[in-house]
Amino acid sequence: MNELFRQTASKVWLLLMAATFVTTWMLTKDAFPLRIATIAIVLIAAIKVRLVLLHFMELRHAPLPLRLVFEAWVIAVTGALIALYWLTPAAG
Amino acid sequence: MDMLFFFILFMLFMTGRREAPGLYEAGRLTLDPDFGGLNTLILLTSSWSFVMAVEAARSNRLERISRWLIASGLCGVAFGISKAFEYGAKFAAGLTPATNDFYMYYFVLTGFHMLHVMGGCVMLLIFWRMARREAFGPGRMTVIECGGIYWHMVDLLWIVLFPLLYLMR
Repeated sequence: MNELFRQTASKVWLLLMAATFVTTWMLTKDAFPLRIATIAIVLIAAIKVRLVLLHFMELRHAPLPLRLVFEAWVIAVTGALIALYWLTPAAG
Repeated sequence: MDMLFFFILFMLFMTGRREAPGLYEAGRLTLDPDFGGLNTLILLTSSWSFVMAVEAARSNRLERISRWLIASGLCGVAFGISKAFEYGAKFAAGLTPATNDFYMYYFVLTGFHMLHVMGGCVMLLIFWRMARREAFGPGRMTVIECGGIYWHMVDLLWIVLFPLLYLMR
């Protein structure tokens, strides 16, 4: 069981590292449509935050109300970031 | 509490950005996403090392705890050094919190975050000493688990901060 947990945490870590590579060094390339790429970057960040919450902070074992508070934070931040981004005219 | 505080800062930043997108984009272009991306990788590795320290404590592999804590702490220090270089370059270029709204938010957000990282590094040093006295282990998990939650929160805030400041075009 411990070995399994270790593997899960390590897999999550590798996934988080890979996601960081994608957002930092791939989606920022001009080949991707700017607005879509930025929204994808925000959504990937939200997924990363959730992975950290559930697997590193062990929120998946936490009581439901506590889990809901943090899930709500992720949804509120992501929703507000995307909404405000969408409402902002592109620079230049 | 800290997450609420940062949530408000994120919203203020986005609202300011909406009012002056050109100024924010010009500011963003002076930031180096390679630094930001590298910092993200460093913090993720630090968080993961902490998870491994907690897991070592839980499975009674006491000698491994301090090793993972050192790894986690060194990543925190590496983050701090990288940030010091970044701030140094900004100041050398004459960019300060007073330059404009973008830099004000840049320094406030990354500065508050950096204070959390420094606090975390002190905590990790204390934990390392505690681990060497075998203060952690099965049945003695509360302190290290709570510390872990704090350290992962610092990581998590950076995960949002980084795309907001460095990548959002």
